[in-house]
Amino acid sequence: MSPRFEPIAGRYLHLDLLGKPHRLYVEEAGEGIPLLCLHTAGADARQYRGVMNDARVTSRFRVIAFDMPWHGKSSPPAGWQEAEYQLTSRDYVRMIVEVADALALDQPVVMGCSIGGRIVLHLAHERPEKFRALIGLESAAHTDPYYDLSWLNRPDVHGGMVSAGVVSGLVAPTAPDAGRWETLWHYMQSGPGVFKGDLHFYMIDGDIRDRVDAIDIKRCPLFLLTGEYDYSCTSEATLDIARRTGASATIMKGLGHFPMSEDPEKFVGYLLPVLEKIKAR
Amino acid sequence: MIDKIASLVNADVNLVRRGRLVDTTFMIAIDDAYHLIRVEGGHIAKVTPGPFITPDYSFVLRASREVWEKFWQPLPPLGFTDIFALVKQKLMRVEGDIHPFMANLLYFKDVIAAPRKVNSNAGAAR
Repeated sequence: MSPRFEPIAGRYLHLDLLGKPHRLYVEEAGEGIPLLCLHTAGADARQYRGVMNDARVTSRFRVIAFDMPWHGKSSPPAGWQEAEYQLTSRDYVRMIVEVADALALDQPVVMGCSIGGRIVLHLAHERPEKFRALIGLESAAHTDPYYDLSWLNRPDVHGGMVSAGVVSGLVAPTAPDAGRWETLWHYMQSGPGVFKGDLHFYMIDGDIRDRVDAIDIKRCPLFLLTGEYDYSCTSEATLDIARRTGASATIMKGLGHFPMSEDPEKFVGYLLPVLEKIKAR
Repeated sequence: MIDKIASLVNADVNLVRRGRLVDTTFMIAIDDAYHLIRVEGGHIAKVTPGPFITPDYSFVLRASREVWEKFWQPLPPLGFTDIFALVKQKLMRVEGDIHPFMANLLYFKDVIAAPRKVNSNAGAAR
């Protein structure tokens, strides 16, 4: 193989987030409408590398993905050791708005997966004027815990291995091995308690079932894409949001909970028609 | 099906390597048919079919025969592809001292799904 660089550029952004100084790792590729991508719980922005390397996307969209604080190459804020990390709806919404403002993004599209697919529902409800469109991957209004989350962070169990073990079944059984194991590798690299802290939002604090009916897709279009093999954010849960809001929803065949990283080629095939609609608006 | 689990796991050098620190006995319950599975250093040392009077094991996975048969298909139907998918739907229970199970989750998921290879090979032979 001859050596080559990808078109993705990564930099560190210094900004105040939630009232504290932060150093955030941000990647981007492409030009055009800003498309801000949000990774899943306990993972990082590498999940979007397939999207950011696809010229069909980057020829028309400026794709930006950042590692949330505590995740990937973004550090936690100074003093993090004094408290348990727990993501809340309020902080998550603020973080996205503050990052978009720090990057001076004008009416970006936000695309998030899993916890990111949940928070776009909160954005649709609270800040529809701020975004050109919202894309929810693996969106459900709520997910009940189906295992004891305390297993994810205790000294006698390897946190990375158990996190990967918990999510491994959410990858489609038909996914290519390379995509499956790269997705799991991201989970294996997560810091102690980070996945668990994100799931506080996903399974407890981020429940938006009582506000779904108040989402007005005329103020901000909402597109939902969910993998058929996802048993965490199920097809039924996504279709329920679509029914209640009028959002466009597609169930993606042969994909699971991590469509952009488990099988990027297949996922982009589902994403392009959505981007086409957003571009045409 | 379950009687093949030892040969399937033990033939998989990489799976045995991943489970090299696992030493425990767990149980699989298919309706009321019980099997004790002894794991030593990632190898399946013994599979003992019940019934048992006082079985000694760390954890047990319980599901109906119908559920296990779907789970062990080479490409299981939607909702039957993973232990946690079954637990979430209340089609399987994982009980007992689950520490060895959770501490070696990727290993045990592959051990328990190993019988899929029997069906897969049978399919290839047809």
